[in-house]
Amino acid sequence: MNINVTLLWQMAFFVIFVWFTKKFVWSPIIGVINERKTTIADGLAAAEKGQKAEEEGRQAAEQFVADAKAQAAEIISKAEKTGQELVEEAKFKARTEGDRIVESARDEIQTELNKARESLRGQVGELAVEGARKILGREIDAKAHADLLNQLSAKL
Amino acid sequence: MTSGYYIQHHLTNLTFGPMEKGWGFAHSAEDIAEMGFWAMHVDSLFWSFALGALFVWFFSRVAKKVTAGVPGTTQGFVEMIINFVDENVSSSFSAKNDTIAPLALTIFCWIFLMNLMDLVPVDLIPWLLSKIGIEYQKVVPSTDPNVTFGMSLSVFALMVYYSVKNKGAGGFAAELTMHPFESKNIVMKILFIPINFFLEFVGLIAKPVSHSLRLFGNMYAGEMIFILISLMYGSSIILSMSGGALQFVWAVFHILVITLQAFIFMVLTIVYMDMAHSHH
Repeated sequence: MNINVTLLWQMAFFVIFVWFTKKFVWSPIIGVINERKTTIADGLAAAEKGQKAEEEGRQAAEQFVADAKAQAAEIISKAEKTGQELVEEAKFKARTEGDRIVESARDEIQTELNKARESLRGQVGELAVEGARKILGREIDAKAHADLLNQLSAKL
Repeated sequence: MTSGYYIQHHLTNLTFGPMEKGWGFAHSAEDIAEMGFWAMHVDSLFWSFALGALFVWFFSRVAKKVTAGVPGTTQGFVEMIINFVDENVSSSFSAKNDTIAPLALTIFCWIFLMNLMDLVPVDLIPWLLSKIGIEYQKVVPSTDPNVTFGMSLSVFALMVYYSVKNKGAGGFAAELTMHPFESKNIVMKILFIPINFFLEFVGLIAKPVSHSLRLFGNMYAGEMIFILISLMYGSSIILSMSGGALQFVWAVFHILVITLQAFIFMVLTIVYMDMAHSHH
């Protein structure tokens, strides 16, 4: 085991190689490794962000659909209600209109009846007067017996 | 050729240095002894530099056309190693220092490649080189204590440098002298300084020593066993065949050892660096 000048040479080689490695090997490669690490980390973060955004979007869409459904249901029920109301109203209107028509018809009938009754009554009076004249053989003064005649026709 | 000579031959570095007759390659143990400190293990240095260069070449080639988009197979492989080192650094090193991670990466890959040379059959490269007249060749640089100490002492120097930088010379000195014995009394405090310093200094020195000897010891022992296994090939047919089986088993086991040793060296470096940055 001889220790000699070989040792000093080896130390010199050592220094040279370490210096060379530091300058031309380690710095460029570790720089690139770290750069790639950053890229991968960024990519993962972006992916996570995208996933989160997608999830949020999905939830928003679901919410939107649910809202739309609820709104639609509300509109339908409102429309149904309005329709029913319309029908009810129409029915009511029709009924009142019918009633009114019936009433007026009845009134008209009554009026016609009264009119007929009146004319009938007049005619009956006349007939009675005519009959009485024929019976009595003389003319009855219609004017003089108007009271009597009116009483008669009122009885009819 | 005796077994002793074979082993000895395998454990001798190709050494270059100054001798009486001028600079040249050593041909014997006497030559190496003559060179003393100025002996240079050409094989260790060549393989160490070549493997380090292979590592920085391969990685910087990827780094040059690196993309933050979809990585190719090669970039994926390089990034896997870098992520592995980065995870280890960020789990053990709490302070902020941009040099520690590249330091750990260099250590891990370089030591792994040096250890990997252990899986090359022990005789292959020395035999090929002997054809062109190169006498000695040790191809696993991490079995050379000069190499392991060279790295552990560099780490140690960085550790001392960062300690002084982060805690100040006073802070670093206090760390060495005010623990583990503490006292409120000023006289006792001064009395404790030499004791504390002795204890802490031993601990401090033990770091680079154990750091490099752990790697050296493991690799040296592994190499030794490969050499001993290859000794079996020369003898009877049964020994040769069981030698083949043994070599396979040991090589498979060694895949674990070489990776583990590279990993341990790296982790210890990170831990030492963390110590140099943390305040008590």
